[in-house]
Amino acid sequence: MDLLSLSSGLLYTAFVIYLIAFVFFAATIKDKQQEKQFTLMNKIAISTTILGFIAQVGYFITRWMASGHAPVSNMFEFVTFFGMMLVLAFTILYFIYRIELLGLFALPVALLIIGYASMYPKEVSPLVPSLKSHWLYIHVTTVALGEAILAVSFVAGIIYLIHQINQSKTTVKTTWLEIIMYAICATLGFVIITTIFSSMDYNATFSYAVDEEEMTLEYQLPAWFGPENGELVTDDKMDAVFTTPGWMHGAEAPRKLNTLVWSLTAGLLLYLILRISLRKRIAAAIQPLLKKANPELLDEACYRAVAIGFPVFTLGGLIFAAIWAQEAWNRYWGWDPKEVWALITFFFYAIFLHLRLSRGWHGEKSAWLAAIGFAIIMFNLIVVNLVLAGLHSYA
Amino acid sequence: MSIIKCSTCGHQNKEGTTICEKCGKPLDYDQQGTLLNMRYDGSAIRSKTKNRSIVDKIWNFFSSIKVGVSLIAIALIASALGTIYPQKMYIPQNIDPALHYRDQYGLSGQIFYQLGFHNLYNSWWYMVLIALIGISIFIVSIDRGVPLYKALKNQAIKRHPNFLKRQKLFGEYKDYNEEDKTDFINKLKKHRYKITENDGHFLAEKGRFSRWGPYVNHLGLIIFLLGTLFRFIPFMYVDDFVWVREGETAVIPSTNQQYYIKNEEFIFETYGNDDEDAIFEAALQNTSGPVPKHFETSAIIYEDVSKDVIGSEPELKEINSGEIIVNEALKINDLALYQDSYQLNEFQTMSFKLHEADDEEEAAIAEFTVDLTDPESEYEFDNGYRVELNRFYPEYELDNGQPRSISNYPRNPGFVFFVHGPDIEEREASFLAIGQNIPSGDNQYKLSLTDFGVRDVSGLTVRKDLTLPIIGLGAFIFMIGVIQGMYWQHRRVWIHQGEDRIYIACHTNKNWYGLTKELEKVIDGTSFTMVQDQEKNNDT
Repeated sequence: MDLLSLSSGLLYTAFVIYLIAFVFFAATIKDKQQEKQFTLMNKIAISTTILGFIAQVGYFITRWMASGHAPVSNMFEFVTFFGMMLVLAFTILYFIYRIELLGLFALPVALLIIGYASMYPKEVSPLVPSLKSHWLYIHVTTVALGEAILAVSFVAGIIYLIHQINQSKTTVKTTWLEIIMYAICATLGFVIITTIFSSMDYNATFSYAVDEEEMTLEYQLPAWFGPENGELVTDDKMDAVFTTPGWMHGAEAPRKLNTLVWSLTAGLLLYLILRISLRKRIAAAIQPLLKKANPELLDEACYRAVAIGFPVFTLGGLIFAAIWAQEAWNRYWGWDPKEVWALITFFFYAIFLHLRLSRGWHGEKSAWLAAIGFAIIMFNLIVVNLVLAGLHSYA
Repeated sequence: MSIIKCSTCGHQNKEGTTICEKCGKPLDYDQQGTLLNMRYDGSAIRSKTKNRSIVDKIWNFFSSIKVGVSLIAIALIASALGTIYPQKMYIPQNIDPALHYRDQYGLSGQIFYQLGFHNLYNSWWYMVLIALIGISIFIVSIDRGVPLYKALKNQAIKRHPNFLKRQKLFGEYKDYNEEDKTDFINKLKKHRYKITENDGHFLAEKGRFSRWGPYVNHLGLIIFLLGTLFRFIPFMYVDDFVWVREGETAVIPSTNQQYYIKNEEFIFETYGNDDEDAIFEAALQNTSGPVPKHFETSAIIYEDVSKDVIGSEPELKEINSGEIIVNEALKINDLALYQDSYQLNEFQTMSFKLHEADDEEEAAIAEFTVDLTDPESEYEFDNGYRVELNRFYPEYELDNGQPRSISNYPRNPGFVFFVHGPDIEEREASFLAIGQNIPSGDNQYKLSLTDFGVRDVSGLTVRKDLTLPIIGLGAFIFMIGVIQGMYWQHRRVWIHQGEDRIYIACHTNKNWYGLTKELEKVIDGTSFTMVQDQEKNNDT
């Protein structure tokens, strides 16, 4: 067996082990013991998580050996690595605070992220000259770790919110919480839809003209939104129903819009199925499972993750980034969208810390901020790469 | 300025002090019964006490956390707006930005351009915003940092019992023996607390330095921001660009003609030509063109050592040589040359032959080569023929039927040749370009392209940035400050010896969970019970 297939085998193994660890963490809910004690089920759950992490480290090392460079150079590799760092960050916070509920939520998020990553092309891609530097792995790994620790603050924050927010009537807060639940459904929807159609080898090619130049666009999902003046080339495939609005100019915008609409629809379907079968808001359905939660501890874990993650993110996302940019592009700062959004992330968590430490924004306010922070990180990871073209758009 | 006199010890405290500097008695009489506000250790903050003159008002404005946070929030939103469409520096440079934004992004693009968002980060208001944040950071640090430093430096070991009673973590113990007290203190020592004693009262403290973290990181930010301003001082910063052709020696711009660079060779490699690239095969199939693997300029740097005589020929002395690779600049003193871009296969020479127009064999009567960077005006041959280069268009283009050159670089050369010869009455003109050979009339002779030579052109950025050490220092200090402030915390335990009882109170500036855990370990094994969290008790 060659290194590369060993590598993908290990990643698959890690995914399955995380899934099992998640089941173990779910089992701790039923644990009647006091929360502060380290029950057997707890130990099994965290050990399984660590085992999964080791398997994923195995994936990382073997892929590095196979490709000759740190596997953090394209969307699949980076997002996978981010998922791995999320597990690491969760493990660190778990050993500080011993909150098993954190695992119950962090692992599904990590699974979703790794699942999302595997929807991108998995081939080993060559490095263009500007990426050939030790800073590739120094910068990218630190950024991923920093963002992952910040993501744990989101996880703690969301548990806090589900636990604390009054679900007896519909309010702005319950609505926002449901929007977060829907966003998670939409991500899952994207993974499911993409998996279904890629297992069917679905492919429809459209040809269209830009400035009298013939272009083609391949769809891996049935096209609802086709390119302007596009023509379906592949036989026996669904033709586009709508035309992509003309103001969407980004590279391959029609296909991205199509994927987005598919994901949102699939997510809506998932959400509605859950909502109807539960007969209440999803957050309201989760709330009773969190009886054991200690809101004060969750609040501190939410803040502490920011306190730990903020310096790591600043070091990786701004300082290491600037040093490398100076070496590769001869300017330490260039206002590239990715850079700007890293600065925005920095600004945001600086605000978070000032409000918390100097103006006493604890509890719910702090938890909502953690959720917004995670949205900014995800925006920088996904939207900036895919929509706002720039030096970092490697997918 | 009014003075607050402590009712217990008589110490005269500055206005605004909430905890007596000497005995530690709370002075916030209106807040009795609540937990003590321990921010800045109860010291007087300038911005909270003075609000009379205009200076006070400006000072108070900038030292407000609310204002600082609002400024950062505005900067955040502004920064995000600038990423809606590409900034000016990322759009094609040869097009009018006004047209580009309108054509590419329609009405919203036009609005984006009209608002100046296409150059947002260099706009005056964005810079003012960042400057305001800088000022706010500076003022708030002095406003809070100095009193806090003084308060902690001069803090009393013995505190008033009311001070202890109003701490979040508090315990009161009647039945205890001296051994337990010693035991407790020794265990604190083991947890690396620094113990000081006064009259049987104890203070255990650790991690005070973490309180300076915010001020250290603010200092780093101020140094960083000042560093970015130094860029506007001319000798600190150079940003220039030079194209050098293979074999050519060019002056390095922005060096007062002092330095020259010779491009010995430009090497360009793509993926897929090597056995070791086999792993990338699948990925390469999905890309439309070849993927560059490596490119470098093999260069020699010369210094002009001729004395400063105007008009004198430069006298070049080699001072450095090496490869300029992306990620690996070549340095000359403060100046660095970066591999930026390239132009492959630019024409260098073109060879022609003269033959009879109706000769199918095209037997050469004369042959010559035009050096495109330095073309001669005439090419004479022994057999009496003579070719005159009447016009040369390095990058030829037809503009309303008229040929013209859009640049001085031989990317698409066009020629107007006049052929003279013993059997030609006056001259025969013809126009040649790639794919074109147009005689002016019924010519007897014809010129044909026989060969051409190409070479690569390397684009190098010339950069000097003396602000880097300052910026680096600022960033370094910032990191130290953030780590210092975020990864440590300032914990204090007061042990007050009362007449018939002992009081224990604990404070940390943050991360209460960690302090509680630590105290559980310290108290465990002594006869003391765990201190109570008074905040929790109040809630229930």
